[in-house]
Amino acid sequence: MTQVLEKYSGYLAQYEELEASWEANRLPWLAQLRGHAWSRFADLGMPTARRGNEKWKYTNVGPIANGSFGHPLGLDPNDYIAPDLIAQAAPWQEEWINLVFLDGRFSSSLSTVSLSNGVYAGGVYAGGLGGIPAEHANVFRQHLGQHALAEEDGFTALNTAFLHDGLFVHVPEGAPAPALLNLVFATTDRHQPRVTYPRVLVVAGPGTQLTLSESYVSLTQEPGFTNAVTEIVLEENSQVRHCRLLLENQQAFHVGTSRVYLAQNSSFNSTSFAKGAALGRSDLHCLLDGPGASCTLNGLYLTTGTQHMDNFINIEHAKPHGTSRLLYKGILDGHSRAVFGGTVLVRKDAQHTNAHQTDKNLLLSEDAEIDSKPSLFIYADDVICGHGATAGHIDAETLFYMRSRGLDLATASRILVQAFAGEIIEKVEPEPLRDYLEKLYSGAVSAPGISLGGTP
Amino acid sequence: MPTNENGQQPLLEVRDLHVSVGDQEILHGVDLTVNAGEVHAIMGPNGSGKSTLANCLVGKPEYTVTKGQAFYLGESLLGLEPEERARRGVFLAFQYPVELPGVRTWQFLKAAVDALRQQRGEEEMSARDFDRLLRERAKIVQMDQELLRRSVNEGFSGGEKKRNEILQMAVLDPKLALLDETDSGLDIDALRIVADGINKLRRPDNAMVLVTHYQRLLNYITPDHVHVLLDGRIVRSGGPELALELEEKGYEWIREAVDAAT
Repeated sequence: MTQVLEKYSGYLAQYEELEASWEANRLPWLAQLRGHAWSRFADLGMPTARRGNEKWKYTNVGPIANGSFGHPLGLDPNDYIAPDLIAQAAPWQEEWINLVFLDGRFSSSLSTVSLSNGVYAGGVYAGGLGGIPAEHANVFRQHLGQHALAEEDGFTALNTAFLHDGLFVHVPEGAPAPALLNLVFATTDRHQPRVTYPRVLVVAGPGTQLTLSESYVSLTQEPGFTNAVTEIVLEENSQVRHCRLLLENQQAFHVGTSRVYLAQNSSFNSTSFAKGAALGRSDLHCLLDGPGASCTLNGLYLTTGTQHMDNFINIEHAKPHGTSRLLYKGILDGHSRAVFGGTVLVRKDAQHTNAHQTDKNLLLSEDAEIDSKPSLFIYADDVICGHGATAGHIDAETLFYMRSRGLDLATASRILVQAFAGEIIEKVEPEPLRDYLEKLYSGAVSAPGISLGGTP
Repeated sequence: MPTNENGQQPLLEVRDLHVSVGDQEILHGVDLTVNAGEVHAIMGPNGSGKSTLANCLVGKPEYTVTKGQAFYLGESLLGLEPEERARRGVFLAFQYPVELPGVRTWQFLKAAVDALRQQRGEEEMSARDFDRLLRERAKIVQMDQELLRRSVNEGFSGGEKKRNEILQMAVLDPKLALLDETDSGLDIDALRIVADGINKLRRPDNAMVLVTHYQRLLNYITPDHVHVLLDGRIVRSGGPELALELEEKGYEWIREAVDAAT
């Protein structure tokens, strides 16, 4: 423990500073949760030892562990930032409920104004952690930190130890589906390099529907470290559509942990896009803990230069009649590297599970590298499960076919790369979000950084 | 510049063409002249080099020309990239059309048409005009409009893929079309539709070279010239009656006749 703390003395000083602030001690139970999380972090540290550590076998977080990041408490989230800057950096529609965080702090001035302090039509709450109305407070306390466990993981422990701002969404039973909740976590150049700890808890009450988008963006080219934790709870018969966009700059470190809990007959549909970060890790775990629950997880990662992107996706079928579908696709260029890891775990009670996971990769360069290791662990005997992974360059026969129709190599390659990405993008709803992603990716694959020479 | 007996420049002039794949020579000196307005059939057994000739002329990378020349309208073809040949009006209907998952036929052909127009110094076609063109040309091969909205060739039957090749030919309107085993794998109805489509596209200012193993396509399309390719050489040329004779007597007959003569 002493050794760990020595290495992370910068974090200790920041933790002590936070502990001394009045804000951190508003809720005694939360202070307790945080204290416990800090002691777990002091034990665990960051997962820098990779030997025998399957979860981190292909990703070296040394650059994060060895980095030094500030955590200034005094930054005012309501400092003026032109709203246009946010709307250019992330998907944005006026009719959405836009909720903006600047440098880890909830900015009410950049966010959509609600009826009163985070309350929307039908009694939906979507707002910061300070001032949660009494009728939502119990739900908040019941779920916060119960799905993303500080016990297990150094990054989650660290995020929880610094938990003092964040976003809570609660759609109570009987409430109408709110407008799309557009969460934007932006970093600015006000204090760099900086660590931020975005924290989100979403609870979809029984029978409710919710669409949620989380974007992580940089309004600066400076490096920084984002350590984000999102917990999503789907109560019986609820439906959540979720989109996660990692669009930080090419210097950024990003570790995003998402924990999704699914009760009976609930359905979770998620699409994850990873484009920006020097070193990114997206860790998603779905626990199907009620009969008939289903999840559909799609993902698209695009890496160039020396980027490293790690998707670690786990689906746990704990109860019968669950369905899961996973399709992740990667486009890798330059010297970049991507990792797809994760498991489908079917527990003994989860009879009649139907699960499938696929990871497909398109390598645009000889120097790009993918480690794709989807796996299945099945302890029930009456299930349908499958998995597969592919990696390859643009097919020479296909390119020749297109060139024989008059398309040059670059145009043919671009059309093929866009079509490859299109399979994931076209699954996104609603339409304005899909349009945003289409533009984002068609711009990205035409960018000069992308080598579309293919293999003629 | 080579010219034919009428003083016109031939569309295609192939002279002593030797082509290898890897270290193996497949074509051992092929000569062929195709003029505007003509339909040629190149027949031969499997492995005789028919597909090699067709693919080499459109610039398939793995085919290496070791000797000889090929001119298209007087310009040497062999130094041009595949897309440069296509933009000048050379087209190949593939024996095995490639599936393009996620690329819609509409989008693919629009990009191709615009590439050809760009070569001619013309502007991109408007979406509306292209829509009209595609719909009109689809009728030539009785192509279902629904298929045009799908990914190119993905999940298409063998017959639909071949029809899609002829549709592409109809849209791109090449001067010189090479059709590689377009009849293979077609049932009798599909064969008739494809052959009708090809006949509708015949004009005095274009030419077609049909590469085929069997005579049956030639029941619907009457060629002006028939050539027999055997072991990488054209061993006999004649009129449409040569195809019928081949059908009757088989390739062994030609082989024996050629062996006897040498």
